[in-house]
Amino acid sequence: MQESIRIDGLYKSYGDVKAVQGISFKVKRGELFAFLGLNGAGKSTTISILCGQLKKDGGRVEINGKNLDETDEQIKRDLGVVFQNSVLDKALTVYDNLKTRAALYGICGQAFKTRLQELSTAFGLEDILRRPVGKLSGGQRRKVDVARALLHNPEILVLDEPTTGLDPQTRKTVWGIIAELQKRDNLTVFLTTHYMEEAAEADYVVILDGGKIAAEGTPLQLKNEYTGDFIALYIEDESKVQALGRPYERIAEGYRVQVENTSAATALVLQYPDLFTDYEIVKGKMDDVFLAVTGKKLEGGNV
Amino acid sequence: MSEKTATLALIKRNVKCFFKDKGMFITSLITPIILLFLYVTFLYDVYKTTYVEVLPPDFVYDEKLIDGMVGGLLLSSLLAVSTITVSFCANLAMVQDKVTGARRDFTIAPIKPRTLAIGYYISTAINALIIAFVATLLGCVYLAFSGWYLSFTDVLAFLLDVLLLTLFGTALSSLICYPLTSQGQLSAVGTIISAGYGFICGAYMPLSQYGGGLQKVLSFFPGTYGTSLLRNHALQGVYEEMQAQGFPKEALEEMRAVADCDPQFFSHTVEVWQMYLILGVSIALLVFAYILINYLSNRPKKSKDKK
Repeated sequence: MQESIRIDGLYKSYGDVKAVQGISFKVKRGELFAFLGLNGAGKSTTISILCGQLKKDGGRVEINGKNLDETDEQIKRDLGVVFQNSVLDKALTVYDNLKTRAALYGICGQAFKTRLQELSTAFGLEDILRRPVGKLSGGQRRKVDVARALLHNPEILVLDEPTTGLDPQTRKTVWGIIAELQKRDNLTVFLTTHYMEEAAEADYVVILDGGKIAAEGTPLQLKNEYTGDFIALYIEDESKVQALGRPYERIAEGYRVQVENTSAATALVLQYPDLFTDYEIVKGKMDDVFLAVTGKKLEGGNV
Repeated sequence: MSEKTATLALIKRNVKCFFKDKGMFITSLITPIILLFLYVTFLYDVYKTTYVEVLPPDFVYDEKLIDGMVGGLLLSSLLAVSTITVSFCANLAMVQDKVTGARRDFTIAPIKPRTLAIGYYISTAINALIIAFVATLLGCVYLAFSGWYLSFTDVLAFLLDVLLLTLFGTALSSLICYPLTSQGQLSAVGTIISAGYGFICGAYMPLSQYGGGLQKVLSFFPGTYGTSLLRNHALQGVYEEMQAQGFPKEALEEMRAVADCDPQFFSHTVEVWQMYLILGVSIALLVFAYILINYLSNRPKKSKDKK
């Protein structure tokens, strides 16, 4: 599988603050790649360097096989970026905003109309095209932001915490559209997020801590390596859970008992058949992975 | 082709944003409004008295000539200050784009830094010119009632002065606003320029009324000659009419001096063609500096490969 992004030994400092300390990773074409970390971990710095907004101190960045140092402008055509906060002009209509941005990529006239039609249909923008962006709801504005990033048919979509502050329904809608585009157009999605359930859907995850890569792998690999398994046991009597002698926590209508792995869970169930009548064995969550790797909890958490 | 399309789109977007942002639009009109208020409340009387006092006590004159002269002074002052302050306010959009993040959205696109710089420069000039020409038109209507003595050539020269001063204001504001990045800096610069430029350029009060030292300092400011150009062309007709009606030569010379029509650079009287030259060269230098600063701060971001 071809690589969309390849970063080797990336360094960036702001004075004495070492924001990124020699990180290296690859993003495969068509992959949903999640970049996790607390504020100040180096996520935004990496994205800014990737998008040509910030000068790196060292290392090599390649986008679609092109060296960022040599082909900055060509690379910009391959990238579509959704910033953390909407950067569209609030006083202008959705149509005017998209028209201006499309022109920056040389898309105008009939080509713009055609692309606008495609995006309007995909994102359901028809009814809001003539409305000023400042009068849209948070969800509508986010859809326009994503549509703006996709105007020039980029091969890589960079999403910097795209769903922060959105209600669950809108988050679902935005993700539905992105997932469809990813599948249909083999779009590579580079995501930073605070929502662990979004990271859990990724093909590959990199966890940054203090400017360094603390862990990486598929969500399953990370869960297996850092969290072990859990048995969700739906009983009321806590003393019986205590008697198992394993770490546990209270969950809705029961307890979540920690075990080393699936075999250990099976052994425990077989050892106490009378106790395990209503239960399920589940993998650890990305929250647990993040906590185990960094010793810190992400603000957004699992929703 | 693509660069041209992008430049045009940016110009259109900037102009639309400026006129749709009521706050920005109204802020840019504050200085002209203050000036009008000053004239209506007391400056009109002050100037009228100043001009009348230089005439011999028993000299008989047509009141309309003095009104025309004070009107010309008002018009030239109004344009001298608003071409600059409106340019600054319009150019603050450049800073606002940094604050809102719109600038990042533009710089991730494959456009050259100069496209963005030219887009801001031209749109600011257009915004400022629209307001300046509307102000000129309103001023001319006022002059038509108070006393119209401008020839067709004077009007054309006056419009050329407005154009040059606007381009000067746009270039100056582009350079000053370029490094600004926050709302606080934006407000501070906006306030200082709106409040202070009227004094520096001699719009609130002619420079001839200032002390010698300050006059010498201000003679190094190109804007001083822009104001003087406007004064010369707004008042040329009324001076000629005064001359024709037998106003004393000494009185006319003093009136010209009071109105800053003959600015001095140390002991040298600066001629009109020299004022055009100063303004033209200043615009060229400022635009060059603006392009240079854009180029230098947007050079390709290559790393030093340190480990």
